[in-house]
Amino acid sequence: MITRREFLQASLAASAVYGASGLGNWSRLAAQQALTQDQLLQFDDFGNVTLIHITDIHAQLKPLYFREPEWNIGVGGAKGNPPHVVGPAYLEMFGIKPGTPEAYALTYPDFEALAKSYGRMGGLDRVATVVKAIRAARPDALLLDGGDTWQGSYTCLKTAGQDVVNVMNLLKPDAMTSHFEFTLGIDRVTEIVETLDFPFLGANIFDAEWEEPAYEPYRMFERGGVKIAVIGQAFPYMPIANPSWMFPNLSFGIREERMAEVVQEVRDAGAGLVVLLSHNGFDVDRKLAGNVPGIDVILTGHTHDALPEPVLVGQTILIASGSNGKFVSRVDLDVRDGKMLGFRHKLIPIFSDVITPDAEVAAAIDAEREPFKTELEEVLGQTESLLYRRGNFNGTWDDLILNALIEEREADIALSPGFRWGPSLLPGQPITREDLYNCTAITYPNAYRSEMTGEMLHTILEDVADNLFNPDPYYQQGGDMVRVGGMAYSIDVTKPQGSRLSDMTLLKTGEALDPARTYVVSGWASINENTEGPAIYDLVEAYIKRKGTIALAPDTPVAVTGL
Amino acid sequence: MTLSRRKALTLGLGGIAFAAIPGLSTASTVEELTAAFTAGAAPGTDGITLTTPEIAENGNTVPVSVDAPGAVAILLLASGNPEPAVATFTFGPAAGRQFAATRIRLAKTQDVIAMARMANGSIKQAQATVKVTIGGCGG
Repeated sequence: MITRREFLQASLAASAVYGASGLGNWSRLAAQQALTQDQLLQFDDFGNVTLIHITDIHAQLKPLYFREPEWNIGVGGAKGNPPHVVGPAYLEMFGIKPGTPEAYALTYPDFEALAKSYGRMGGLDRVATVVKAIRAARPDALLLDGGDTWQGSYTCLKTAGQDVVNVMNLLKPDAMTSHFEFTLGIDRVTEIVETLDFPFLGANIFDAEWEEPAYEPYRMFERGGVKIAVIGQAFPYMPIANPSWMFPNLSFGIREERMAEVVQEVRDAGAGLVVLLSHNGFDVDRKLAGNVPGIDVILTGHTHDALPEPVLVGQTILIASGSNGKFVSRVDLDVRDGKMLGFRHKLIPIFSDVITPDAEVAAAIDAEREPFKTELEEVLGQTESLLYRRGNFNGTWDDLILNALIEEREADIALSPGFRWGPSLLPGQPITREDLYNCTAITYPNAYRSEMTGEMLHTILEDVADNLFNPDPYYQQGGDMVRVGGMAYSIDVTKPQGSRLSDMTLLKTGEALDPARTYVVSGWASINENTEGPAIYDLVEAYIKRKGTIALAPDTPVAVTGL
Repeated sequence: MTLSRRKALTLGLGGIAFAAIPGLSTASTVEELTAAFTAGAAPGTDGITLTTPEIAENGNTVPVSVDAPGAVAILLLASGNPEPAVATFTFGPAAGRQFAATRIRLAKTQDVIAMARMANGSIKQAQATVKVTIGGCGG
C-alpha cells in the first residue's frame, strides 16, 4: 500500500523520474458552493508534453450518477494495492476526507446523500470544456481515448455507434483503442474507422488465419519538440468475453512479446516518449509494465478504476481515469534527450454542475438525441431504492434484472453478466427507458431460457470466478463476477479454480443445489450465435411497467471469504 | 519477430522436416514421451521460447510456436489431452532457424510443454498454462 508521501519518496528514490499529482486544491473546499471550474482545472503547466486521457465512456453523452464499487477484491500481488482499495480504506490511502466532493466522486459511502449535494458527473459537453481549456494552455496536448466508447446507451444502440462517434469527433481525439466497439460487428467497425480523422490503434489485433497485424499498432506524433509514440492495445480477451462471431477473422490476446517488439520498434524510430493507450485492465497493465521495459506511460482502461495518483512500476507510470465520462486525466511530462524526467498529474472530476457545458458539443448532443426524445424520456416506473451495478458481486440494478428474468421467463435461477458499465439511479427517481438501456444496451441482448444441472452451474460459476480471481492477472478478463438470482453461494477467493465455490443453495426451497438435478436457468448476453429469447431491455421494461415501483435493498446472495 | 504462418510455411520448404505423431495405437503418457525424448537428460530452461496465448480464443485451434536456436529436434506436448503427443519437429543442418509454429487442439485448461534436444544431447524445456474457458462476461 502506497501513501501519497511514500509514493513521492518512491518516485524520488527511482531518481530519474519525479512527479507530483493529486486532486488539486479543491480537496480543501468542502462546501459545494466553493467549487469552481477554475479550481477544477487549476494546473501549473509542467514540462513539454501534455496527455489528456479519457476512457470507457460507454456512450454516456449526458451527466449521470455512478456509484464506485463497494467490492473490488485484489488477489495475489494486487491484494490491498490500488485499485483494489474501496470506501474508507481508499479515502485513508489518498488522504481524502469523508463527505467531500472527491469522496463522492471516488468512493461509495454515503453515495445517496452526497449525490444530492454534489450532483451528476460527466457529460461529454463538460468534458469538451475541460479538453478545450487544457488545449488552450497546451496547444500540443494529445487527447487519447481508451475505448469502450461506442457502446452503452439507447441512442448508441439505435444508431450503431454513430451518435457518440459524431460527438467524439468534435473533441478531436488524436487516437483511440477498442473493446465493445467490435460488438457493432466488424463491417460496421470498418465503416466507422474509415471515416475517422484519427487512428484506431491495436497492436494486439491480428488476422486470425494468418496471424498478421490487422490494425495500425501505433502512431508517431511530434509534439513539444518530442517524438511521441502512442501504442494502442485493444481488450485482449475480445473473442472470449464477447461474441467472436461478430468479428470472426480477428484474434487478440495480450501478446507480451509483440508489445516488446513494438516498443523496440518505436524506440529505434526515435521515440522520446512511449505511451501505451491500453484496454488491458489495470492488473494486466501492472504486470505488463514490469515485464516489458521502455514504456513511459500506460493510460489504463477497461477495469473502470479511477485513481487520484499514478501507480509507479519501475520507471513506468500507470494512469487510471475512471469511466462513464466522470473523469479526465491530465498528465504533463518533462521529456528531454529521449528520457522522461518527471511528470505532473491530475485526475479532473467532471462535476456537471460546476463545469460549464461547451455550447457546440452540447448542441450536438441535443441534436443526436432529438429524434429519440420521446422513447428516451418515457417513464417505465419508479425506484424507491438506490440502483447501481458496479462491484464484484450483485448490485441492485443486477437484482432488478435478475428478478425480471426469473419472473418473466419462469426460471428457477437467473444469471446476469458482471459488466462494469451501467450508471446508478437515486431513490425516488423515475426509471426511464434511457436509464434501462444504459444498463442493458448491447448488440447480443437475447434472454435465453434453458435447463442446466447443478454441476453445470457450478462449472460456469467457477469458470467466471477464475477470470476474476486468478492470481495471475494475465488470466483475468477484467469483468466482475456473474450475478446470480434465485440462488446463493459462498466463495473463497484464494482457492484455485474448481474449489472456490461452495454452499450453492436454491433460494426458493432453501435446499442445496443438486449436481445431478436439472434447473431452469434464464440469462442474457450469451456469446453464442443464434441465442433465442426476447431482448433483455424489452423483458425488463415489461417487468418494471408491471411492478410500477421498484424497491430493492442491497442483499448480496454471496458470502465471501479469503479476503 | 513473430513469424506469420505464411512465412513459416515458406521456411518449412527451406529445410524443416515436419513429423507429426498420429497413429500411435495407445496414448503414451507425458512421462513416457519425455523419457523417450530426453534419454534421461535433465532439462534446462534457457534457450527455448514457447509462445502460447494465456487464454485460448478457440480451444479447437490454439496457435503455439517454439523457438529453440541450435535444436536438432523439438517435442511438443499437450499434457492434459487424452493423447498428449502433439508433434516432433526435426531440424537438419540446412535449417536456417530452429523454429516451429502450429495449431493444436486443447481439451481443457492445461500446460503445453515444449522440449528441445540440442546437438550435444542436452535438453531444454519450456511450458505454459493455456486456459480453455467458457468466457462471456467482459466488462
